[in-house]
Amino acid sequence: MALDKVGIAKRIAQELRDGWYVNLGIGIPTLVANYIPDGIEVEFQSENGILGMGPFPFEGEEDADLINAGKQTVTLKKGAVIFDSATSFAMIRGQHVDLTVLGAMEVAQNGDIANWKIPGRMVKGMGGAMDLVASAQNIIVAMMHTNKAGQSKLLKECSLPLTGVGCVTKVVTNLAVMAIKDNKFHLEERAPGVSVEEIQAATEGDLVIPDHVPEMTI
Amino acid sequence: MNKVVANVEEALEGVQSGMTLMLGGFGLCGIPENSIAQLVKLGVKDLTCISNNAGVDDFGLGLLLQGRQIKKMISSYVGENDEFERQMLSGELEVDLIPQGSLAERCRAGGAGIPAFYTPAGYGTEVAEGKEVKEFNGKPHILESALTADYAIVKAWKGDTEGNLIFKATARNFNPMMAMAGKITIAEVEELVPAGELDPNFVHTPGIFVQRIFQGDKFEKRIEQRTVRTKEG
Repeated sequence: MALDKVGIAKRIAQELRDGWYVNLGIGIPTLVANYIPDGIEVEFQSENGILGMGPFPFEGEEDADLINAGKQTVTLKKGAVIFDSATSFAMIRGQHVDLTVLGAMEVAQNGDIANWKIPGRMVKGMGGAMDLVASAQNIIVAMMHTNKAGQSKLLKECSLPLTGVGCVTKVVTNLAVMAIKDNKFHLEERAPGVSVEEIQAATEGDLVIPDHVPEMTI
Repeated sequence: MNKVVANVEEALEGVQSGMTLMLGGFGLCGIPENSIAQLVKLGVKDLTCISNNAGVDDFGLGLLLQGRQIKKMISSYVGENDEFERQMLSGELEVDLIPQGSLAERCRAGGAGIPAFYTPAGYGTEVAEGKEVKEFNGKPHILESALTADYAIVKAWKGDTEGNLIFKATARNFNPMMAMAGKITIAEVEELVPAGELDPNFVHTPGIFVQRIFQGDKFEKRIEQRTVRTKEG
């Protein structure tokens, strides 16, 4: 069974380490916050100016002045702090954030990522994604392995306008966990019940397959 | 030094068609809604607006887009506004999309007297086209220039008669940097207090950056993505 979005988020949550500052993008990455492993403490950075972002508020406790980067109402954890956008991106650009998780439309085997524009059709803008991917040293992409038309999103080369070059280190999809190094995808884990052949068939880019590919534990 | 003006009409005096405006806010959070309503009323056109987002169809800068008052937008993310996307894809609206951190820093630089700076954001992408590239510590960076505006319009929680400002929660966002980068900076506040009422240790924007301040009539504070959780057990 391929993972659903929650499954992808749960698997990425296993990458979190105690004491990390983490920036989660919009979509699947946001869900990661719900599955922090027991016994570790992480602080979530929201690029609109929060460190120590808490869960969504209870009904009736929403504050229009307190939102996350996806414009959703949120709360603050004890010890949280608020800052302006320039300070926020000083944290990001200055490599003070330990892990960045974001979505993508395409990822290439050299670590290039495209997630902000489909020429002539969809132009929403890059938001903070270009700043994040240009500076973060530890970037995990959370996405479905193929697009709605069934085409691979893991490519030899991105076809869409790039967000960043050679920056993605790991990809977690509904089918697999893959590391990116030496200009190739390296298969590390497969989703429960998903075969290596299925993953290979859904991957356009070069995929290095070791003799034994363990199943993820979710 | 008293910076107080009586109302939004007086605050926006001098704003004319063809000018460049900065408007604070992230999404609909921390936007100068009273001033935006006044810009609609003034009917000024051909504006260049520097703002992280473009509002939604019927609120925030979306109101200026509806009236075709904006010639050019300089933003980082405009995904919540159908009219924006339509005007951009049809070529009616000129749009300069820039990385959010570069936008924030370009405003800050504009206010801080730094004409340009190097950043890694956008290297190897469309954003880098036509920009100088230079390597620092073995990594390529692109040269980004400072931004300033004829008028910067910001929204704060509390302000005093000297123009000192305090922002609330994430309604701070771009407001402090834009306040620095306006030739004339207008602050609309929820609560205007006499000088001496704000603790100087907790002022976010010093009054030197603010030329005009007024208390807004009303703040709708619309929530774009109301998201809640349910109480368990």
